[in-house]
Amino acid sequence: MALPMIFRKSKNELEKGGRPMVVESSREIPMVKCPACSRSYLPEDIEKEKYVCGCGHHIRISARKRIEFLTDKDSFTELFTDLFGGDPLKFPGYQEKVDQAREKSEELEGVICGTAKILRQSCAIFVMEPQFMMGSMGTVVGEKITRLFEYATEHSLPVVGCTVSGGARMQEGILSLMQMAKVSGAVKRHNDAGGFYLTILTDPTTGGVTASFAMEGDIIIAEPGATVGFAGARVIEQTVRKKLPSGFQKAEFLMEHGFVDKIVARSKQRNVTAHLLSLHAKN
Amino acid sequence: MTAYERVKEARSVERPTGQDFITGLFRGFIELHGDRRFSDDTAMLAGLAKWKDQPVTVITTEKGKDTKERIYRNFGAPNPEGYRKALRMMKQAEKFKRPVICFVDTSGAYCGIGAEERGQGQAIAENLMEMMTLRTPILTILIGEGGSGGALALGVADEVWILENAVYSVISPEGCASILWKDSAKADEAAKSLHLTAEDVKELNVAEKVIPEFEGDFSALLEELRKQIEAWMERVNSCSIEELLDKRYKRFRAIGSDCVNETVID
Repeated sequence: MALPMIFRKSKNELEKGGRPMVVESSREIPMVKCPACSRSYLPEDIEKEKYVCGCGHHIRISARKRIEFLTDKDSFTELFTDLFGGDPLKFPGYQEKVDQAREKSEELEGVICGTAKILRQSCAIFVMEPQFMMGSMGTVVGEKITRLFEYATEHSLPVVGCTVSGGARMQEGILSLMQMAKVSGAVKRHNDAGGFYLTILTDPTTGGVTASFAMEGDIIIAEPGATVGFAGARVIEQTVRKKLPSGFQKAEFLMEHGFVDKIVARSKQRNVTAHLLSLHAKN
Repeated sequence: MTAYERVKEARSVERPTGQDFITGLFRGFIELHGDRRFSDDTAMLAGLAKWKDQPVTVITTEKGKDTKERIYRNFGAPNPEGYRKALRMMKQAEKFKRPVICFVDTSGAYCGIGAEERGQGQAIAENLMEMMTLRTPILTILIGEGGSGGALALGVADEVWILENAVYSVISPEGCASILWKDSAKADEAAKSLHLTAEDVKELNVAEKVIPEFEGDFSALLEELRKQIEAWMERVNSCSIEELLDKRYKRFRAIGSDCVNETVID
């Protein structure tokens, strides 16, 4: 089984804290190290804990792993699998970055969409992939999520969406910005048709994704400790020239300010999601 | 002009600001304040006016004319309450069947502690959703800087126009250069790569029209806009609200869809 992580130094603030480190032990078995408390685990041990460390830190996981943890065994059917992007603006260095991201994540793009059952409740589901350019949203991510909402509207399905994103993908310029409006339109149509949309915010959810479909759920739940915000902490610090309050832009901070319904630990997400789906089931 | 020179021109303090367009194009403008939830955002100016005999709702991000006013206007960077004020005005426009005309000139939504505490992301997201199905015509004109989500929050319109020397971008060229190349001095190259000029934006079907600026002759620009707005009013009045909403959805639905490939890869 491929580990949902690789050997790499964090490139920026968003990656720090979330990225699990894999360290070689003397027995030459790769260990998984918690980025928060540095405790090391055997892969099979931390797998059993759904990659939640004893210290409570929710280690970042791949989209496939999240789908496995959240949905009933063999119930997930992937949709729009063959969609991939070009390089619409011929942006310097972009194609290489996409190629690297594909290799690293073993995915064609930054989001996985499909239908699934969660404790026997049917839903449409999208899960963003942190290893693919930090889940950034370009035209393919926008197109896939839009299609998923349209599919869900057509088939009267609720949508469960797990977000992890650095925001809009700047290498696709204004086209990625427009995906915020495009997805929001599809969310609105699903909403107006009476569809239920649950968002699960995971670490980190920022920028254009926060300013669109991450914040558009009927109910918004978040993983403990997840960073969720519009502007990056460093940008804010530079703008206001003040030290940010502790816990700023953490899931708990958002709940305190009224923007998140509930903080739900990874171990309970499946049950809570199923319960919420059943409370919105249509007869 | 290079792309980056365009960015500098779009940011120039010599350019007319939103209030100049409102007073220049409409009669009897009355400013209305507040989001009815938290406060009144001075970076967002909104109210009612008349276009000929037609009442309209007008909204603009406002950078201010001199240093004192620019500080008062927070340099045109709205807080969540600005977007909520705009949405409140739009909802009233829907109720009273008034067209909405938005002007955009902002470096972006404000990056502050309070902005995050009050849900900057949520405020923008709500505007995107609500504008998509607002049952009245919406026109958005980019008059200077179109800075990312903070600009798009007034940009979900039936038509989007951009002035010749205005720009529309997902990120500032400086921000882009500093993130990608760890060097904000490469803003020049970033500006070019981002395709943010008026022509680029039109080329990418993100704007319907590029409005000429007549080399800084503001009254000629206003005259051109009057002509164009008149024609726009006729266009939107000739179709039903359902048609209008369908077109609005499809307008955004199509953006970027053509650069997505569908091929089975082994």
